Amino acid sequence: MKRASLAHIAVVIAVLAAVPLLTASNLVLNFLVVALLIALVGQGWNVLGGYGGQYSFGHAAFFGTGAYVSAILQTRYGVNAWLAFGLGIAGGALIGAAIGALTFRSGLRGSYFALVTLAFAEVLRILASVAPITGAGVGILITLDLRPQAFQFQSRAPFYWIILALLAASFLIVRLIEQSRFGAWLVAVRENEEAAKAVGVNTQRVKLAAMTISAAITAAGGAFYAQYFLFIDSGIAYGPWISIEALLAPIVGGIGSAFGPLLGALLVKTLGELTKLVTGDAPGLDLVIYGGVLILIVAFAPQGIAGLIADLRLRFARLRPRLPERAHG
Amino acid sequence: MAEPLLRLERVCKRFDGLLAVDDASFAVEAGRITALIGPNGAGKTTLFSIISGFLTPSEGRILHRGAEITGMPAHLLARRGIVRTFQVAQPFAGLTVHENIAIGAHLSRRARADALAAAAEVASAVGLGDLLGRPAASLTVAGRKRLELARALAAGPELLLLDEVLAGLNPREVAAMVPVIRALAGRGITILMIEHVMQAVMRLAEQVFVLAQGRIIAEGTPQAVVGDAAVIEAYLGHGAAARLSGAGGAHV
Repeated sequence: MKRASLAHIAVVIAVLAAVPLLTASNLVLNFLVVALLIALVGQGWNVLGGYGGQYSFGHAAFFGTGAYVSAILQTRYGVNAWLAFGLGIAGGALIGAAIGALTFRSGLRGSYFALVTLAFAEVLRILASVAPITGAGVGILITLDLRPQAFQFQSRAPFYWIILALLAASFLIVRLIEQSRFGAWLVAVRENEEAAKAVGVNTQRVKLAAMTISAAITAAGGAFYAQYFLFIDSGIAYGPWISIEALLAPIVGGIGSAFGPLLGALLVKTLGELTKLVTGDAPGLDLVIYGGVLILIVAFAPQGIAGLIADLRLRFARLRPRLPERAHG
Repeated sequence: MAEPLLRLERVCKRFDGLLAVDDASFAVEAGRITALIGPNGAGKTTLFSIISGFLTPSEGRILHRGAEITGMPAHLLARRGIVRTFQVAQPFAGLTVHENIAIGAHLSRRARADALAAAAEVASAVGLGDLLGRPAASLTVAGRKRLELARALAAGPELLLLDEVLAGLNPREVAAMVPVIRALAGRGITILMIEHVMQAVMRLAEQVFVLAQGRIIAEGTPQAVVGDAAVIEAYLGHGAAARLSGAGGAHV
């Protein structure tokens, strides 16, 4: 599979960074902030699922922990919002390591792993919906304080650049993984765990490290969400919706490729918005669309859009030398 | 006499009621090619899985250079230099031949470039040099067997456990593989091989252990072992040795 080069990453980020200079439309920026947020969360999933082959159905556990840790520290303990953001990421990583240690040590794989991660996320959701510290059923409202030092801004553009910077950081992390021994081992675990063990790969540790990194990236998305919308409750933070978004973006975009989650998030979110234009805000219809997209991708482009592009490129490369021949004939 | 590279002491493995390995003791001397043979279902692969850390024995001890390694997980054994191949080749199917071998090479090399360079060297040593860019899934059976060997070799083993690397190959492919294995031994790698292709065992092995129904029933040089009455009976059934020696004069 084609690896992400620094030049590719730089170009994509630069193009995206220019968008707020071209439009001040809140509608466009809001759409893109959400799409990039999903891309970031999906990139987190991609590290564990795409590169490591461990399909989690419960990335809400990390998203929600990032969001709650950050929001609780700010509202209840007066911690600075930026520091709280960092601690939210650390909290998510910690939960990732804990869930990873429990599931991988018990040897859970495949659909069992998926179900248990889903269960962990659901348990956290239920706990958050009753515990006083998480605001129980009411949720947490972060006090409006539109100053940069409080991680709040008058306009959407700064938020947009921050989520873009986070996404850029996630690209660099994925690129580092792709080029490292750890990344080679992670892919080996995905391809054949027994064979990996036989050549000295500590598969437990590799999976645990991948889950921790994955959780940290996804938690960054959660903490950002809290800052952007200034409100979270158990259904938002730990709800299954975000677990689905987290896996849908990389699967649609191209699993195990650095740009997959971004491509997938942009496509899925665009489709979602288009449906809303046609049908209004019918509840649950976005899920129907997601399901349809997922079926199409799995059936016709199992490597996602990134795989499809690589495929088409290969076909064009094969076609090109034939063209002059045809001219002769 | 010096401590052997690998020693098994009274190793047993029970799967519920089934005794797959029954009181097996033997030693593998450093620098040699040792073969483990026996009829299907004798427990050879189980024994291999125990030695390489994929299974823990129910009883008994395994010693590597005199140090106990019983029950040590596979990745730690690989780091000690004990590396196995699999009877049914287990490639990293989605990766190229080059990337497959590099995973083995990463064991002692951190940098990606070093691992890839070492992998390319190993590939040409086992005759996969021209296939580096091919997806592992596209290889033939013979190619997969070579890949299995190359990946294990890239991990820099001191003791290489080869589980039927010749099985499923045609005679021409076997003939091509035999010198490859002999060359490894020439480089100082100790080899313990499970093999069904007797012609190859006769040509390669210096020491042979015969496993039947979980027990070691004979040991010695290949020539001594194939003439052993207990071995012939294990392969061909009770009384076969006597019938063969009775009929031998008439036919041979």
